[in-house]
Amino acid sequence: MRSRNLIIGGVLSALVIAAALISFLWTPYDVTQMNIPAKLQTPNGTHWLGTDHFGRDIFSMIMVGARTSIAVALVAVGIGMGVGVPLGLAAAARQGSLLDEVIMRGNDLVFAFPSLVIAILITAVFGPGAVNAIIAIGIFNIPVFARLTRGAALPLWQREFIMAARVAGKGVSRISIEHILPNVTNLLIVQGTIQFSLGILAEAGLSYVGLGAQPPLPSWGRMLADAQTMVNFAPHLALIPGGAIILTVLGLNLMGDGLRDLLDPRIRVERT
Amino acid sequence: MLRYSLKRLLSLAISLIIASLVIFLVIEVAPGDPASFMLGMNAQEDTLNALREELGLNQSKLERYLSWTFGMLQGDFGTSYTYRTPVAQMVADRLWVSLPLALYALALSTLIAFPAGIYAASRRGAPGDVAVMGATQLGVAIPNFWFAMILVLVFAINLRWFSAGGFPGWDEGLFTGLKALTLPAIALALPQAAILARVMRSSLLDILNEDFIRTARAKGLSRRQALWRHALRNALIPVLTIIGLQFSFLLAGSIIIEQVFYLPGLGRLVFQSISQRDLIVVESVVMLLVFAVIMVNFIVDLAYAFVDPRLRSRS
Repeated sequence: MRSRNLIIGGVLSALVIAAALISFLWTPYDVTQMNIPAKLQTPNGTHWLGTDHFGRDIFSMIMVGARTSIAVALVAVGIGMGVGVPLGLAAAARQGSLLDEVIMRGNDLVFAFPSLVIAILITAVFGPGAVNAIIAIGIFNIPVFARLTRGAALPLWQREFIMAARVAGKGVSRISIEHILPNVTNLLIVQGTIQFSLGILAEAGLSYVGLGAQPPLPSWGRMLADAQTMVNFAPHLALIPGGAIILTVLGLNLMGDGLRDLLDPRIRVERT
Repeated sequence: MLRYSLKRLLSLAISLIIASLVIFLVIEVAPGDPASFMLGMNAQEDTLNALREELGLNQSKLERYLSWTFGMLQGDFGTSYTYRTPVAQMVADRLWVSLPLALYALALSTLIAFPAGIYAASRRGAPGDVAVMGATQLGVAIPNFWFAMILVLVFAINLRWFSAGGFPGWDEGLFTGLKALTLPAIALALPQAAILARVMRSSLLDILNEDFIRTARAKGLSRRQALWRHALRNALIPVLTIIGLQFSFLLAGSIIIEQVFYLPGLGRLVFQSISQRDLIVVESVVMLLVFAVIMVNFIVDLAYAFVDPRLRSRS
């Protein structure tokens, strides 16, 4: 069961990542190239996943859309980890101090702003775009990683090997980086996978309402927004991008579950 | 409990002040002059100045922040730059759609998740459990706005059981209003139900491994009896926390779903306001959503402490 989740999830995720990477070198058709005579075709031998209302090849758009989704979600996870993990480590290292209190209350505050609300605020000021989506989802990820890191690091500070490091004269920052961080990495990888999948969903949602990637950059969310008025006579326009989102998120979630089982953090912490 | 409540109340007030400050400052950064936007490119300078004076735009940032926050405390959210009507009235009108939608979705999510989670936990490892868990895995992966489109395709366009969008208003009757909100509420509830069912299952399974359940079993209760009589009540605590958190996410999530169904709720108001640069409306709606999240967290914390006295002493 464990490895099955990991294998299915890994294969699905690898497929999407491969499609995104290949799209840099090759797509069956140019995604910006309109071909009105060939519009709204259902999947066929020439256009494997059909064409949209401008006659653009949906398979090519899905490939390039995968690139947008992955890039936005990946950078957003990077922001969340890059800011959240050091904050969590610092809070755990100074547990009960003013710094800890400030970081945790700050986290609570950021949690009060759902990513959509952050995106609305940013868009109201700077206008819509993929970068704003990245910032919005990234900010939302920060408290997730900060809380997780702090929670996992706190019990580690009571362990003998940390005491030994302190006795050996290592400072709080060095202990956090050299001893605490490697012991919470597994947890961060698992959470990173989950936040990655949530990022894909959030990016799709933001693009759908026009706050994410803008034309001509294809994105799965905007493909769905375009499909909305045509869903009754061309349902494939909605089914295909929706299917791509579901398979990607499902793949990442299954991979996260599989990784969690494989790297069970509780067992891991007890072992160290 | 009183000391804990006061401490949480203080923390709530601080959170609200900082949140309002963040929202105000972010919106302040926005380029453009609302007065020129309202009067157009060819407006005379003295007319612009008069309007700025009327809207309070000539005041200092601090004065504007204070008048905005104190105004909100008294139910005065300012005047819309575009429609020249009170923002509070506009928001209140839209809340009559968004709030019932969020509550409807929350009720549906709970109604689906509780039986599913309890069923899965009571048949741990059996095909029923695997099926429920598989369905929840899928439910979490489905974007709610895509699911909404599929619901429209099936139930509005093909079967014609519901309308594809729009809201007739509550004046048309409760049933008509609820019917118009049914498909949006189902779409909104699906991922939340999947999450809640998973939390319900894992919370129940944790409790079922506790010593007091073993004691109950040793006294002769069947696994099912122990589950219903002893485990369920205890397992509800984390589930209630998630339900509380979900409400605020449903309120924010309704913004996207309203777009699919063309519902005249907070979502449409905020997107209209963004495109019309009616920033005072955006500011107020965002503050309202953040206020809802912070308040719900506060209530959940208090309820949690009320149920579990250990939390009060720990704080």
